[in-house]
Amino acid sequence: MISQSREHTLLETIHNDPSRRVPVPQGPSYLTTPGAESIWDVVKSWAFTLDHKRIGVMYLVGIMTAFLLGGIMAGFVRMELWDGQPNLLGFLANDGEDPVTRAQDGYNQAFTLHGAIMTFLFIIPSIPGALGNIFLPMMLGAKDVAFPRMNLCSFYLWCFGALFFVGALFTTGLDTGWTFYTPYSTSTNTAVIAATMGVFILGFSSIFTGLNFVVTVNTMRPKGMTWFKMPLFLWGIYSTAIIQILATPVLAITLLLLIAERTLGIGVFDPSRGGDPVLYQHFFWFYSHPAVYIMILPGMAIISEVIPVFCRKHIFGYMFIAYSSVAIALLGFLVWGHHMFTSTESPMAAVIFSALTFSVSIPSAIKVFNWTATMYKGSIVLKTPMLYALSFLFLFTIGGLTGLFLGALSVDVHLHDTYFVVAHFHYVMMGGTLIAFLAGLHYWWPKMFGKMYNEFFASIACLLVFVGFNLTFFPQFILGTQGMPRRYAGYEPEFQSLHQMSTTGFVVLGCGLFLCLGVLIHSLLAGKKAPANPWGSGTLEWKACSPPTHHNFETTPWVGDPYVYDDFVYDPEIEGYVEVLPDLARGEVPAGAESEPSEA
Amino acid sequence: MIENLLNSANSLTATALPLAGFWFREAASENAGDVDFLFNAILWICVFFFVLIVAMMVVFTARYYARPGHSAEHTAHHNNALEATWSIIPLFIVMWIFGAGYWGYMNLRTPPDSAYEVQVIGKKWNWSFVYPNGYIDANLHVPIDEPVKLVMTSDDVIHSVFIPAFRVKMDVVPGRYSKVWFTANKMAPTDDGSGGEDMGGFDLFCTEYCGQQHSSMLAKVIVHESGTFQDWLVEASNWIDKTPPAVAGERLYKERGCAACHSIDGSTKAGPTWKGIYGTEEPLVSGESVTVDENYIRESILNPNAKVRAGFKPVMPSYQGQLKEREIDAIIWYIKSLSGEQAPDAWPDLPAEGEEGGEGEAPTDGEAAATDV
Ligand code: HEM
Ligand SMILES: [Cu+2]
Repeated sequence: MISQSREHTLLETIHNDPSRRVPVPQGPSYLTTPGAESIWDVVKSWAFTLDHKRIGVMYLVGIMTAFLLGGIMAGFVRMELWDGQPNLLGFLANDGEDPVTRAQDGYNQAFTLHGAIMTFLFIIPSIPGALGNIFLPMMLGAKDVAFPRMNLCSFYLWCFGALFFVGALFTTGLDTGWTFYTPYSTSTNTAVIAATMGVFILGFSSIFTGLNFVVTVNTMRPKGMTWFKMPLFLWGIYSTAIIQILATPVLAITLLLLIAERTLGIGVFDPSRGGDPVLYQHFFWFYSHPAVYIMILPGMAIISEVIPVFCRKHIFGYMFIAYSSVAIALLGFLVWGHHMFTSTESPMAAVIFSALTFSVSIPSAIKVFNWTATMYKGSIVLKTPMLYALSFLFLFTIGGLTGLFLGALSVDVHLHDTYFVVAHFHYVMMGGTLIAFLAGLHYWWPKMFGKMYNEFFASIACLLVFVGFNLTFFPQFILGTQGMPRRYAGYEPEFQSLHQMSTTGFVVLGCGLFLCLGVLIHSLLAGKKAPANPWGSGTLEWKACSPPTHHNFETTPWVGDPYVYDDFVYDPEIEGYVEVLPDLARGEVPAGAESEPSEA
Repeated sequence: MIENLLNSANSLTATALPLAGFWFREAASENAGDVDFLFNAILWICVFFFVLIVAMMVVFTARYYARPGHSAEHTAHHNNALEATWSIIPLFIVMWIFGAGYWGYMNLRTPPDSAYEVQVIGKKWNWSFVYPNGYIDANLHVPIDEPVKLVMTSDDVIHSVFIPAFRVKMDVVPGRYSKVWFTANKMAPTDDGSGGEDMGGFDLFCTEYCGQQHSSMLAKVIVHESGTFQDWLVEASNWIDKTPPAVAGERLYKERGCAACHSIDGSTKAGPTWKGIYGTEEPLVSGESVTVDENYIRESILNPNAKVRAGFKPVMPSYQGQLKEREIDAIIWYIKSLSGEQAPDAWPDLPAEGEEGGEGEAPTDGEAAATDV
């Protein structure tokens, strides 16, 4: 039992007896290049680095650039939809004279590149590539991932794949939608081969990252960190990695077949050559449904870290959260057919897929309930990462619940391929994954770069993002039920006011995101130096200095329960938390080693 | 004062009304009620859980926010009874949703045998609705209160038929036939029932992305009052007789797929342009040449590969049996008009009644016949 003065006592302890502070080893930051004589040396040391943190930072820059590019495309899309007449995006079209068909062409390219860039270049690699790369090894108290060279290779594959996309962008464009459905994708004359090659290469990047993480978690856990003492972030990333390894090859094969179909006309998907276009959809969703869990599981993993830290409370239902990640990863493989309820798949298949779809919603619900329960009787600190976590809970709940409408067969028939689906997946992917990514970014920023950002403006940005997001996407649910199809460059006047609301929301959302970017960049230039542990977190990465050294830790840190905060005390002198060594002489045991309280 | 109050009361109801019904367009088919019911049931379930979660978030944040003198309490780290509760209750709820969705879906996918059949052909970027007597219309006309079944296929890429007012949707896939059915039970509010050219009707959208003009691949669904559908069909089937020949030819050019390969502006597509070709002398692949006159055009429609123009491949399909004599005449008139020939305002020799009626009987309302075309 903790008395109210426990904090006080701990603070006195470390002031009277500095030796009871858990020491934080100091050293040169991994961001610096000691001994560099020219800028060229610095560039080389980054380009050939095997340091997982530097690779993570390069990923971060890469995916943020992709996000910006995808965001610009989204801006084009929303602008074109301000009114029902296709009239704005003609400048993106390749040929044709009629202004309306040119604008339609431009619109089709804009939404395709938006979707493809956001999915394949941003959201899939975002959390694993950037935050996972930096923090997965550190949470294990390790110096690096198991295969550092493969890790670097994965980053370069990402760059290479991204180049193919940008290439498509600057040549003939791409107008198939991110789903590349046949036979449209085999008949259009845009850069389908370049783009699918890009996705193919990105797939390998994803597989390499996944493989690396699985091996790292399996072989490099420190002594004392059993599976069920791992931070939940690792459970989430581990489940994701398994999907990446198992599902991505299917995408690779599908895209190869697509390329073969286009170049050789082999007739796998083309009905005029005896192929079956619906087969393509099975292949595609066999990857892409599990892929939506590649997107969301890491986001859930971040939320599972942020909430307990900012509630100063042990995570509730650790085992259930951990197992639900695995359940989602496995069940996620069995539900791809729910994207095809109106595709002429057999009614039998539709019924089975619908039933399985509902079974995936249970583990998601379990997580949401457990996160909420963690807040009960906590001490809730409303710092920016927590604000994002709360937004996540709000938005992901809407996203997940609207999945129930889509899983219900007869209702999905009406909603499929309308704006309802668009709103649903933006609530889960943007409201879920992107918001969780921002939560994680703000949470780990001080560790990554050793700088604190301006808390006030960061929370204003969070608020703008939250309001802007809802204003952008909530009206789209109504558009969808009203019957507005997706991927339409024009529409009837009755849809106009909802579309204008949505476009207005986009502007607010954009302001929020730019403010967020500004705050983070400002912190790099003029931020206060960050303490080693600004939030009082219990996971191992916080036991390194901020920013960490090349080797993270001098000695493997001591492993306790990652969610026990009793031994951390806020020291106003360093504006951060200090971990207090148990006084072993007096027979105290470290808090994490206690057996759990047993009362209900 | 009172006026002000009344005004604000008025504007309140004005905003509240759309709130009550803002999710859906008015339903106009028999199965729509089930779909809407299930949607609303799920909606209330979702509202319940959403409010529950957000309320917990808000209450916890308000009561337990960090402040001097407050610290977190140690409570249990897990509670199996609680976990079981919040897994099992949702499990039962989703089982019910699944069951209801399943029931509605099976109904949607099992058309009754008596359903009146209309064939649908989707191609970039228009729809052809083929009625049992062979008449083709760009809009879908159906009798009220009778089950109608659409048997659909595509000429090129995948399309999808979506009629929001009926709550039905089904993909239209090349190389196979898909089916969808419904019983319309209302006329569109915009439909004046006149059956004229500018009638309203329900929206029919293409909802599978199919390229450039996907968002223009639209049609209307016109519901005919009981007993009037047959009359409309007979009337419509004879449209060509009442249309000036060149105008009729233009419509056929657009609706029967000529436009995909022949331009009317002088540009070359897969086939030669129609602009200004009538009466010219053109070289053939065989080295000979031919005068483009009525006989050559007729032959090119019925037996396209007999004389292929130089510079083109023999890719045109034969329209033998697909175009009637009068339709071929109309197309010839249209081509002639593109070379500046003056086409007549009406058919000079209106045929006797019933020339059309040879194939396919128009079904009678009530017991619809599913005739093959
Ligand atoms: C409770 C959980 C969920 C359920 C029951 C669910 C259900 C569905 C269903 C049935 C569809 C197909 C709708 C249609 O096309 O007609 C769908 C679409 C989609 N969902 Fe979910 N979903 C859930 C959670 C998620 C999550 C967590 C993500 C990703 C982070 C996600 C991403 C997507 C995407 C990307 C699509 C549409 C893809 C496209 O057509 O372009 N969903 N969802
Ligand atoms: Cu899915």
